[in-house]
Amino acid sequence: MPTLAPVPQTSSMPSEAAPVAAPPAGLEIIAPARETSAAPAWFLEKSAAAWSNFQSLPVPGLKDEAWRYSNAKKIALSTYQPAAAANEHIEAEAVAASSGLAETAARFVFVNDRLVVAETDRLPAGVICLPFEEALQSQAALLQQHFMQREMTLGSAKFAALHLAHVRAGLVILVPKGIAIEQPIEIFHWIAAEHAAIFPHTLIVTEDNADVTVVDHYRTWKAETGLSLAVADLVAGKGSRIRYIACQELGEKAQAMHLSSTVTARDAQVKNFQVQLGAEFSRSESVSDLLGEGSHSDMLSVALPTGDQIVDQRTLQNHKAPHATSNLLYKNALYGKSRSIFSGLITVDKEAHFTDAYQTCRNLLNSDEAEATSLPGLEINADQVKCSHGATSGPISDEELFYLKARGITDGESRKLIVEGFLADALAKLGNGPIADMVVSRIHEKLILAV
Amino acid sequence: MVTAPEPVDNDISDIKVDNVGDFTFPERNKFDSGFGVTEKTIDYISDVKGDPDWIREFRKKALKVFLDKPMPTHWATKDLENIKFDEFRYYLSDGQKPKRSWDDVPEDVKKTFDRLGIPEQERKFLAGVEAQYDSEAAYSNIKAAVAEQGVIFVNSSEGLKEHPEIFKKWFGKVIPTGDNKFSALNSAVFSGGSFIYVPPGVKVKHPLQAYFRINSEQFGQFERTLIIADEGAEVMYMEGCTAPKFETATLHSAVVELVALKGAKIQYVTVQNWSSNVFNLVTKRGIAHEDAVVKWIDCNIGSRLTMKYPGVIMKGKRARGEVISIALANSGQHQDTGAKMVHAADDTTSNVISKSISIGQGRATYRGLVHIPKHLKGCKNNTECDALLINTNSRTDTYPAISVRGNQHSTQHEASVSQVSADQIFYLMQRGLSEAEAMSLSVNGFINDLAKEFPMEYSVELKRLIDLEMEGSVG
Repeated sequence: MPTLAPVPQTSSMPSEAAPVAAPPAGLEIIAPARETSAAPAWFLEKSAAAWSNFQSLPVPGLKDEAWRYSNAKKIALSTYQPAAAANEHIEAEAVAASSGLAETAARFVFVNDRLVVAETDRLPAGVICLPFEEALQSQAALLQQHFMQREMTLGSAKFAALHLAHVRAGLVILVPKGIAIEQPIEIFHWIAAEHAAIFPHTLIVTEDNADVTVVDHYRTWKAETGLSLAVADLVAGKGSRIRYIACQELGEKAQAMHLSSTVTARDAQVKNFQVQLGAEFSRSESVSDLLGEGSHSDMLSVALPTGDQIVDQRTLQNHKAPHATSNLLYKNALYGKSRSIFSGLITVDKEAHFTDAYQTCRNLLNSDEAEATSLPGLEINADQVKCSHGATSGPISDEELFYLKARGITDGESRKLIVEGFLADALAKLGNGPIADMVVSRIHEKLILAV
Repeated sequence: MVTAPEPVDNDISDIKVDNVGDFTFPERNKFDSGFGVTEKTIDYISDVKGDPDWIREFRKKALKVFLDKPMPTHWATKDLENIKFDEFRYYLSDGQKPKRSWDDVPEDVKKTFDRLGIPEQERKFLAGVEAQYDSEAAYSNIKAAVAEQGVIFVNSSEGLKEHPEIFKKWFGKVIPTGDNKFSALNSAVFSGGSFIYVPPGVKVKHPLQAYFRINSEQFGQFERTLIIADEGAEVMYMEGCTAPKFETATLHSAVVELVALKGAKIQYVTVQNWSSNVFNLVTKRGIAHEDAVVKWIDCNIGSRLTMKYPGVIMKGKRARGEVISIALANSGQHQDTGAKMVHAADDTTSNVISKSISIGQGRATYRGLVHIPKHLKGCKNNTECDALLINTNSRTDTYPAISVRGNQHSTQHEASVSQVSADQIFYLMQRGLSEAEAMSLSVNGFINDLAKEFPMEYSVELKRLIDLEMEGSVG
């Protein structure tokens, strides 16, 4: 079996990111190149253990409850290699294409997991906002406390181990007590070579009463294939607020996995918004642990799969403290032969009285071959609770179409308006502002192609 | 060959009645297959029953499937592992044929069913009734007017022997042997149950009824029911189930197959009140042909573990499937119930309404499946699940799976969990009710809209059973 030379963590002479026609070996056998890294020993040990863990864990099968109606083999690890740094020309093009928010507190661009742009001068004093590799050196305590501390319970332990073994890009953010960052922090992750895999990580920690908004973009640049295996850890301290938006727009032959965990302390509020527009197969796993009384978690998603795209969504609202609330709203508008799978669970522990939890998944089927599967779940162990879930699937109603068409709006435009209306209540949770405008415009662009 | 043991006395002086409505009767079995299930058990049952060869073969193949098939693993409760299949007796019979007159029924059996209200029910309004005691029918009767219309209502053994042309055509077709481990077990050792055939266009005005009772300790009851409503026919079938409380666990694993041919309607009503150590693992499924309706009305009270998911395969256009269910889980009980709706033709509709109540440390689970595959149009499903939690340690779970393909269908699923509000209890207590009475009234209010779906006598029984279960549950 051929083996590859270790990929350097940073290189002064980036190699050409020419398309790899037939990769000699995939992620399944390429060990991470930690021996060349300046990472601290504790991290190298953790990484090596993760690699060993990854190799020993089986690929989940269709009989695994957490992969019901989906297929882990869709993530074709054997066809991907850790992304090699792109050349400067490609990096410059990707940076130029990194259109997002007009105003940000900080802005980062990674191309093939290599940091290309880091603008942090608009951040308030005291905020720690470092590229992952830099944080490894200077924020060991923070990372040791919060980096991938939550057990992966929704089925992707193997993939999380792979992420941990290879992670080298992403951000580590710590917002100190009482500091509110008014503008969002925006991060772009580009895959800029065929068969390249990236492993972006986002760690956001807010201390008491802090406030931050972070937007992660996952995109491909002039590459059809690619794998993004991303993890986001959101840790909200007492009374703090985190708004996190992951906007996945990879190429339609790419594959995406986004594993996020949220922890809320007393009276904290976290919003985890997933936008799924790209990739041939995308799986998001979002776990929200409500650990503090009075805390609140919003779990939101909009997806617009077209063609043969598959969107696989797994969620857990884990109520461990009394008087906490959570609200999940996932909206999928499906076209072509696309498929959506939603599996969500609300669990309420014995002690978590006065829990108020909702879970809603709605699917709008826009073609005769689109397929939506919903597996909403409740596990309630306390009695003073208000919990409910709902799942629907259906087409655009003829009456709605007739109403719009009777007012002179074309069939295509009517359908587009109805889909936008269908997604609107989830998008409204972003509030009015540049982020909502940005997400709406990305959806709008895809919708024009879909309709 | 089977040697019939000496008959035993039918002395009923040792009937015991305890203080929670439970009562036990002496065993008086001539035929006992002994403990465990092997090919010998199959031969014993087939010999006693005089099975035709194809049934004996059918049983043996099913036994192999049962032995080979693993227990449900990743989703099912661990309590299944506590079933000791070798510690059950799989066939018990007093060796008598079912009586056609109530007066001919042995006194002890009669007394059992008297307490359950069977003869009274029959006198009042039933078109036919069958009372089953352990493995075999003790009493079976059908009103002459209904029989004259060509309606067949016999136990499954009689159906097999006397109406093979209809029986063989449908038997095992709705629920194949290998459907699950327990349907395989039932296929191997089935005995008793009802066979009903309603000829084309015949609408049976009054319900047909069967009552099943496990009377013996460490006994597995495996009735097999097959109901066929021919084109345009209508029938309502009601079954009640009881078992006294024994020191050791008891197993009940039935298979019920319904076939509603074009334009037919079958309503299947179950009120079960098993004692709290019965493993109740039942497979129930109906096929609805064009314009046909299959409706399951299901009430689960008692048992240690119930796993039962009545299903409807809507095979013909405009067919309709419906499941209305109530489950009540008290301490030490797990009611794992639900519904399966498989849409297999255009313009089919299904409706599931499920309510559960968890008392004490009881656990109620709803597990559902709605499947609308490709190339269909105009299918609709509505599912509503409501769970009520009475005590701090009660538990409820909901695990539906809804899979829809195509843009010409609509499905909606809603589930909610709540508790009886303190305000409501306070309001009722202000009007002179005790806390327990207030809670019982609230619970009955919670299920009231579904209880109305049951025939009146069953609705009354249901409310009484709920009151009984609610005793001592508050405070």
